[in-house]
Amino acid sequence: MSATSPHAATQPLTMSGAEVVLRALKDQGVEVIFGYPGGAVLPIYDAIFQQNAIRHILVRHEQAAVHAAEGYARSTGKVGCVLVTSGPGATNAVTGLLDALMDSIPLVCLTGQVPTHLIGNDAFQEADTTGITRPATKHNYLVKRSEDVARVVHEAFHVARSGRPGPVVIDLPKDILINKAPYVEAPPATQPHRSYRPVTTPDMAQIRKAVALMKQAERPVIYAGGGVINSGPEASRLLGDFARLTGFPVTNTLMGLGAFPSQDPQFLGMLGMHGTYEANLVMHGCDVMLNMGARFDDRVTGKLSHFAPTAKKIHADIDPSSINKNVKVDVPIVGDAGQILAAMIQVWKEDSQPPMREALSAWWRQIDEWRGKNCLQYVQQGKIIKPQHAVKRLYEITRESGRETFITTEVGQHQMWAAQYFGFEKPNRWMTSGGLGTMGYGLPAAMGVQIAHPDALVIDIAGEASILMNIQEMATLCQYRLPVKVFILNNEYMGMVRQWQELLHGGRYSESYSAALPDFVKLAESFHGVGLRATEESQLDDVIREMLATDRPVIADICVAKDENCFPMIPSGAAHNEMILGPGQEGGVAGVTDEGKVLV
Amino acid sequence: MADDSGQFRSATIAVLVENEAGVLARVIGLFSGRGYNIESLTVAPVDEDRRLSRITVVTSGTEMVIEQIKAQLDRLVPVHKVSDLSLAGPHLVRELALIKVVGSGDHRVEALRLADAFRARVVDATTESFVFEMTGNAEKIDAFCALMRPIGLAEVSRTGAVAIVRGSSALTVQSHNG
Ligand SMILES: Cc1ncc(C[n+]2csc(CCOP(=O)(O)OP(=O)(O)O)c2C)c(N)n1
Ligand SMILES: [Mg+2]
Repeated sequence: MSATSPHAATQPLTMSGAEVVLRALKDQGVEVIFGYPGGAVLPIYDAIFQQNAIRHILVRHEQAAVHAAEGYARSTGKVGCVLVTSGPGATNAVTGLLDALMDSIPLVCLTGQVPTHLIGNDAFQEADTTGITRPATKHNYLVKRSEDVARVVHEAFHVARSGRPGPVVIDLPKDILINKAPYVEAPPATQPHRSYRPVTTPDMAQIRKAVALMKQAERPVIYAGGGVINSGPEASRLLGDFARLTGFPVTNTLMGLGAFPSQDPQFLGMLGMHGTYEANLVMHGCDVMLNMGARFDDRVTGKLSHFAPTAKKIHADIDPSSINKNVKVDVPIVGDAGQILAAMIQVWKEDSQPPMREALSAWWRQIDEWRGKNCLQYVQQGKIIKPQHAVKRLYEITRESGRETFITTEVGQHQMWAAQYFGFEKPNRWMTSGGLGTMGYGLPAAMGVQIAHPDALVIDIAGEASILMNIQEMATLCQYRLPVKVFILNNEYMGMVRQWQELLHGGRYSESYSAALPDFVKLAESFHGVGLRATEESQLDDVIREMLATDRPVIADICVAKDENCFPMIPSGAAHNEMILGPGQEGGVAGVTDEGKVLV
Repeated sequence: MADDSGQFRSATIAVLVENEAGVLARVIGLFSGRGYNIESLTVAPVDEDRRLSRITVVTSGTEMVIEQIKAQLDRLVPVHKVSDLSLAGPHLVRELALIKVVGSGDHRVEALRLADAFRARVVDATTESFVFEMTGNAEKIDAFCALMRPIGLAEVSRTGAVAIVRGSSALTVQSHNG
């Protein structure tokens, strides 16, 4: 990549580094920045004050700025943008950055830094930000020369959005922001980066191998993940086409929900630790598996040595390092999910060999038998609200409303129940912290989604423990009149912790009770939001309806059964066919070995 | 990490990188963060205008782990090219060592005799010490040090391996158009 443009040296420089940053952001299509000010970034705040193209959203904690940008990015497909100050501003952002890295969310995070001549002196609010964030980002930069500012910003956006998307940090010393700097345009898309050139177009020979395998499949499955969503809505459409063309069953990972319509008869539900019976048994028994943009995460595979023992595996991923990392595969395909699906459809149609229709019908009969277990059924009886029922009613009532709906979650049982009982028909409607499992993700993420989709219904399905981790963002919601709905499944426990303690630690509930909880209704009101509560089943629908009808931030405190466990469950270290389906079968965890217990 | 029961092997990997601040930290952080072995690692700029550096890293692991190491290295933004010399065919591996031996009398005579046999050069001498310089592969240097130990081996400084493939094929950035 060439450095400055030829006239940069001859023309007098009129813009400060901070103004160059803003101009580059604007040219990169940034409309919103989530940020929090401080000494080191005051020049950028000054530049923000003097322009109108980019809107700044003032969060109340830097971690929330990053999650908000994640919500914005995941619901729009654009790059999210964050601005924080040096030292504590940057360190507060680290959790969000790692969250985005693990879930492949494109972000650019600008961090302030002490002036270049003070770097390394333990100056006030100095942190080795590039050092700290190196393993938490896809890439990071420390800008040490004014002439590099514009080039680095353009490059950061390219790196964040291309290949396997991820977060990029740009560390900007204050003198670089104040000093005059030349502006250079973004290089044309046709000009390749010197060293970074991700492969997006698949190798057709591999596609043909994959299709040949799939044509002979008797017990196939398509296992689709977040890579399909990251590729853009077209990839989800092609996934639907390919599924119809082949007649194969489809399961989604937690990150992939929405890539395939939940109402489609070929959909098996989510797979993995809290996936459906049918999805996990299909994974276990299949003879050909197409992994489309997922990464054989341990939450999905269970015990590796027993994972899909009879399957020939095809793995399509944009990141070559995801292939053969956990699971050895037979046909690796590197490329963009959309391009791969398009190529597979074309080759499938050209190939004259017919698929194994009879075997497929037998496979579907087997699947229907597994479906007959109705593994997600629960009994709602009496006054106490079952958490599953709360999510199911929330889903049904929002669907009746016909409104465009986006769901975020915190982390815990409620997250899994949301994944199990809320259906998604389109991509980009579901944001959850999958890889890192960050409590406190959902509220700020919902904020970012609502900024991007002002008229949509945005709901954070929360736990009473998680919500307190970024509750301060209620103030941000109220300041910007963002009518996010927080739907708390309040079981007065860190339920997922309690569940593991019940099943694996002899019912010793060490520090997992949510003592001294705030009154969530009053809490909402104190932030100038609306508080609602349901304590009995008979109030549930009314509270949900009132919540949806309220055009302001709402916290709905849904007091649910305290000791409900999340099923089905594959205990850690177990195989897919060793799933526990429900209460009464907890004996199944007696078989959890010490080897299993060390797993998280 | 991968649950493959394959054989361990050693790999000598050459990595062409942008010569920019932090690139070595990225490579080393990758190895420590993911629990890969580093047996040795060398780095220096290798082109005229000092924009490119070549890192040679010697590591070991199962085939699946070594493939993973290469893929992870290749994914780093400032990395141009990753080449597994152990697979690229016949290649030369060399290491430079400076070896200090302290002693007197018969030990000095014996030290010089061994140095001669190993083609180590005397690059510094006092009445009670020698510094030998030797190049070779790691085993040769190990063997020399082992023989010197009873004679008065006092200090060793080694560069770690550098390596290059034999023949006319060359690892360059220009050939990287992927
Ligand atoms: C930041 C962070 N700290 C700790 C954990 C471990 N953890 C996972 S789930 C959970 C409990 C969550 O409780 P709650 O929000 O009430 O959700 P529930 O499981 O009850 O639905 C905890 C502590 C985590 N995921 N994230
Ligand atoms: Mg709870």
